[in-house]
This record gives sequence, C-alpha cells and structure tokens, in this order.
Amino acid sequence: MTTDLDDFRQQVASWLRDNRPPAPDFLLPESFMEVGTDAQFRYLQAWQKKLYTAGYLGMAWPEAYGGGGRPQACQDIVNAEMAQQKLPFVPNTIGLNWAGPLILAIGTEAQKQRYIRGMLSCDDVWCQGFSEPDNGSDLAACATRAVRVSDSSGDHYILNGAKIWTSLGSYAKYMILLARTDPASKRHQGLSFFLIPMDAPGITTQPIRKLTGEYGFTQTYFDNARVPADGLMGREGEGWAVAMKTLTFERGAAGGQAGGLARMHLGVDDVVELARRSKRDGRPAIDDPQVRDQLVRFLTEAQGDRLCQSRARIPALTSERPDAIPLSLKLRWTEHSRRLMQFAVSLQGANAGRWVGDAGAVDGGLWQRSYFNAFAATIGGGPSQIQANIVGERVLGLPKD
Amino acid sequence: MANHTLTTTIRFSDEQAMLLEAASAFCRDQSPSSAVRARFGSETGFDAAHWQAMVDMGWLGIAVPEAHGGSGLGLGACVVVAEPLGRHLLHTPFVPTQLAIQGLLAGASAAQQAGWLPRLATGAVGTVALFEADGDWDLHAITASAQMTGATATLSGSKTLVPDAAVADLLLASVQLNGAPALALLTQADIAGRLQRETVIDETRRSFSLRLDGLQVPAASLITGAAATQALAAIRQAAWLLAAAEAAGGIAGVLAVTLDYLNTRSAFGRKIGSYQALKHGCADILCQLERVRSHVYHAATLLADRTSGTSGTSGTSAASVAAEADAEIALRMAKAEAGDAFVQAGDRAVQFHGGFGFTWDCDAQLHLRRALWLQPWFGDAGHHRRALAGLLLGAAAA
Repeated sequence: MTTDLDDFRQQVASWLRDNRPPAPDFLLPESFMEVGTDAQFRYLQAWQKKLYTAGYLGMAWPEAYGGGGRPQACQDIVNAEMAQQKLPFVPNTIGLNWAGPLILAIGTEAQKQRYIRGMLSCDDVWCQGFSEPDNGSDLAACATRAVRVSDSSGDHYILNGAKIWTSLGSYAKYMILLARTDPASKRHQGLSFFLIPMDAPGITTQPIRKLTGEYGFTQTYFDNARVPADGLMGREGEGWAVAMKTLTFERGAAGGQAGGLARMHLGVDDVVELARRSKRDGRPAIDDPQVRDQLVRFLTEAQGDRLCQSRARIPALTSERPDAIPLSLKLRWTEHSRRLMQFAVSLQGANAGRWVGDAGAVDGGLWQRSYFNAFAATIGGGPSQIQANIVGERVLGLPKD
Repeated sequence: MANHTLTTTIRFSDEQAMLLEAASAFCRDQSPSSAVRARFGSETGFDAAHWQAMVDMGWLGIAVPEAHGGSGLGLGACVVVAEPLGRHLLHTPFVPTQLAIQGLLAGASAAQQAGWLPRLATGAVGTVALFEADGDWDLHAITASAQMTGATATLSGSKTLVPDAAVADLLLASVQLNGAPALALLTQADIAGRLQRETVIDETRRSFSLRLDGLQVPAASLITGAAATQALAAIRQAAWLLAAAEAAGGIAGVLAVTLDYLNTRSAFGRKIGSYQALKHGCADILCQLERVRSHVYHAATLLADRTSGTSGTSGTSAASVAAEADAEIALRMAKAEAGDAFVQAGDRAVQFHGGFGFTWDCDAQLHLRRALWLQPWFGDAGHHRRALAGLLLGAAAA
C-alpha cells in the first residue's frame, strides 16, 4: 500500500506540473473570500472543473454521487501536492468543505443526487448565510425569519431578513442558511438550517467593497423570498446543532471534506524568500540583523503553533486545560499571519508604499493586499477580541463581563 | 540550510506521563508559597527531606544510564521533573546535578563516570562552574586557567554564578589548559573556604563565586581536549532544556496566581477578571504558555531520539548531523520563547495585581524574579535568535 501511494504521489505531482493553469494577467485572490472579479472567478472555476474532471477532487466521496470512491489518503496526497506546488486554490469552498460533507452526512438521497456532482465540478457554486448585518460574530442572535406555508404549489418557507459577508454571493447558485423558524424563541433555540436556491424570487445580493478596494462579499437580502421546504436540513428548531456540525467540518476535525486547496497560503518561508530578494541599506534584507531577528521570531512562533497541534494529540500534556490549544488556535494563528504580512510589506523598502496595479509593486502588490486581507481572518469567524474573551472565559475560567 | 524543514513530532511515553503526574503532585503538595517563602532564610535554600524524597523516587537517576545505577530514560525525560519544580518554585539542586551528569556523560573518562554517576544518581549533588565575572555566555571565553606540573594541575582565576556550590559533592569548573577549554572535577573538600555567596534576583536560589587560585587537582580529575568541548556543549544544551522547562512551569504558575486574584478581587462592583483589559492579557499569556510547552516537549523528544543510542558520542553521518541541527534549533527555540514569555507573564502578573502586585507579599514577584534569573541563564532570547538565524537562514554576508 505504501508503494502504491508513492506511485500515486508521483503520478499526481506529474499531472499537476503538466496541467498548472497559465499565470493570469491579473493578481489572483488568496481564497474564495477574496474572489472579486468575473475574470478571477472564471479562472478558478475552470481550474476546479479541470481538477475534478481529472479525478483529483472529492476522491473519497461516494462514486454514486460523483465522488471518486477512493481512500482519503489519496485525496490527502493531492492536497499536499497542490500546496507543495503552490497551485491556485479551488473556489467552491463552502460547498466542498461545509455543505457537501453535511449533505453526505445527514442529507436525503435526493439531496445527494441533486447537489454533490455540481458542487464538485464547480458548475454549482455555494455560499453561506450565517452572519447578519446587526449581529456580527454572534450567530445565535440570528434574526432572519423563516415561516412555513403550505399551498397549492407545495410546502415552502417565506424568508425575511438579511445576511452579510456572503462570499461568492454574486456567483452562488445555492446557499446554506441559518434562520429563525420560531419567532418566540431566543438564542440557540428555534433556529433552522436550510439549503436554498439563490435564484428564488425575493432574494437579492449587493456587493460589498472591501478595504482593498476590491469586491468579494455580498450582502444578501430576503424580501418575502419563497424557498422550497425540502431544503430544511435536520428538523425545524435544530438548526443550531446542524450549524455547529457544519463548523466542525470547517475546522477539519470531522474530516469528510472534498479536498483540494482552500486557499493560497503565504507563510513564513515565503517571507524569508522575499527577504532574500529585497534590499535594505545596500545589502540583501536577509543579512540585516534586525530582519533576521524578526524572521526568527516568526519562524519560532509558527513552529510553536505547529507543535501545539502535535501536543494537542497527547492527553497527558494537555490534561490541565484540554481546550486550551483548540480554543486559542484561531487567535494565535490569525494574529500571527496578520503581523507576518505587515512585516513582509516592511521588507520592500520604499516600494512598500506601492499598491496592486502599479508596475513597480513587489509581486504585483500581493503582500500589501495580503496584509489587508489578513484582517478577514482576524475579524471573521469572531474577531480576535472575541477569541480572547473565549480563551479568558472558557479556557481560563474568568468571569464574563 | 535555507528554509530548513523542521520536525514537529512530540512523543510522550506512559512512563513519562506517570512521572509528570507524580512530580506535579509532589511539588504542589510540598511547595505552597508559604513554604517557598520560609526557605528564603535557610542556608541551603532547600529542604533536605525534599531532596531525599526525590532521590528515593529515582528522579536523580532519570538521565543516568542503567549501567551506572540510573534508569536510563535520558535527559529529555528530566523535563517532567523540572517543569513542576518551576511551577511551584520548589528549589533543589536537581537542575545543576543534571548539568553535571550530562557533562560527565559527554566528556568524562570511563573511570570518572564510574566514580561519579552512581553517586549522582543516588543523591550526591553536582553542579557546574562555567561563568566568569563578565557574565558572558560564551563558555569558551575562559580566563581561569590550569597549569600542569607533572600529573598535577594548579588552577587560578575565579568562576561566578555557581549554583548550589555550598552543598555540591562534585563541581565541574571550566579552565583554560594549553589554550583550550578543560573541565576540572572538584570535590567539596577542594572548594572549602573558596566560596562566596552571591546575592541574586531569585531568592529561591543559592549562587556562589568560586576562587580557584592555587587549587591543585590531579590530572585524573580533568576532562581535556575534544572531550571537554563535548562536555561543555552537552551541559549547555541541558541547561537550555531544563531552564526552558522550569520557565514553562513558571508561566503556568504565575498564570494560576494571577487567575486566582482576578477571580477574587473586585473593583467598581465587579470581579476584576471580568474586565477585558485583564482578561485579554491573560489570554495572551495562555497562548504563549501553550507555544512554550510545545517547544519544550518537542526539544525533549529530539534529545530522547538522539540519546537512544550511545550517549555523548556524536556521529558524523549526514543524518546525525541533520538530527544534531534539529535538536539545536528546537532547544534554542524553546529557551528563547520560554525566557521571553516567562518574563512577560511575570511582568503582566505584577501589573494585573494592582497595588497588591507592588508588595512583597504578592507571589507574582517571586515568579518575575525567577523569570529574570532564567531568561539570561545560558543565553537570553536575543542571543538564541541570533544563533537560530544562522541555523535557519544561513550565514549573513559580512
């Protein structure tokens, strides 16, 4: 089996090298959250379709629904090779990582037949409607209403409200949605989870312009939008539990994701490489003592976070606070990335002041844009300040404020 | 060496887990802060009964090979004792004794090992005398010297910051001999009357200067040449690991002290731990603690891998050179992170206690003092990061 996998790895590596899409004449986004132009979307959609057609996506998903029916180890190899070769990511992240695993886990046979194949091929783009304009990180404060109606055209839900930070909202065919079905309920109770078509009457999207100047999110409005009732996932009122289950797919803890690369990752090694080709006071920046000290700080911190993942698997070394590593992961990692990108910009001398689109911008302005986009991670999914509250209260046992 | 791919494996055996649990319980029970403070006034700084209990539990022999009466678990396994000692501010000569053991394993002759290792495994106290008046971390920049006359060496010069020298049965002192470092194995009889107690920032510790002038030792009590260089390197690495482990314990200790206060003290009508300014500061300490512990146990894993063969003899194959670099990177990262993070945690702990933090009675200062002792011991974070830059980024052009 080991040799089979080695052969497979070589075969994958070779295919990926031969089929790398040509470099576009625009700066690619770093993740599905940053897809802001039609050109970017079409380029990445074509890449996902090509990967899927070659059999390198959804490899461990059931064949009956369009998957490959192969061991997860095969998909893991593909994912690792894609990262290794720094290939573009596949854009249908919400489908491949959240909606897909959820449908395969608790969906009906009809849902599996209807949704999985198009999700893998990227013909059907998925988006997510959890956050709301007035409720930021507090998902349980969800105020979008869903009311069940039955009439001659069948069972439907009527939706009213708004969602925000909908990535790929302009391109999505389907949305996974959290809405309140019991108007008298509070917080986690009375929520329900839906798969809905984005072309339903009464749904409109409005692009949001980001601090980078680009587009990449939409706000989605529901104005008496009418969606089929068979999109309900789980039972009415159990939406919170379904949403939490979905989030475990996001964290990768439960496995079951379709695979592929979810984002283009710029790490410390990339910044070290940038330092090698940047000049500072007449010599390579990599030779500047202060730059070296900073790089080592980042390398040490990143290594510390990787080692935390190793230690998290050893109960005897996490017994005092078993939640400490998982619950501090986002805070540690996203803040590290943000500071790292800020530092990367600072390595560019006076060129640090250039921006995307300028002919003299280092790497087309990639680092400047990455720094700005790093805030998506330190803010999205609960800002660092909320994360610090979670660590303080749930890990350290400090009182709520 | 560019973009060195770092290993991320941490291994921890059931045996180590049991040891960690036992050591944690022992230190917690035996070293409440009242007992820590009571020991300040004592001559030795530790309780002989504690030392004997640790000997009886076999902890002093953890890194001593079975052939010499130890359990042969290796230096990496000593982390599970050093960490709780640090957490509960329980001072004993455990760490200096481990440094002496590592020095002997790496450089001593068979006769020297046979003479000392069984004793050190069963309660004899060992220590090392490597630093001098300028406090430089360069262990090869030695001004103390040895002159050979026949089979006798006459020493001159002074060593400083020698831990627990007053109770040491064996002391390894570094001297220059014919232009190269050597180690003299000194006994308590040798050093009697030559020690001067130093006043150090961490009051749990006992530290001494040692005047060598005119001291005569037989050639059989010297480690010289390449063996001395190896011994110094081994002592240094052991010091990095165990200081980092003590600091990891210290961060957890000072965090516990702080959380206790934040959950008890009220201001403006609510518990001060509910204020985000303090809560977030504690979250930062926790994040650093998690990273530091991970670095420490990873470094311990790599040392265990390295010493699973024969101790002290470093191979020359490409694989063993790479393993050596991995271990050095892991150790230096652990020491750098632990040193900085412990000082930061101690500093914030004092601040977060408010007015009480400014008093002698607040335990935060005990940990901060410890942090300020450990951080510069065998190299501060800046020192290690400069060495790491060479290891991870390649040499800088002149």
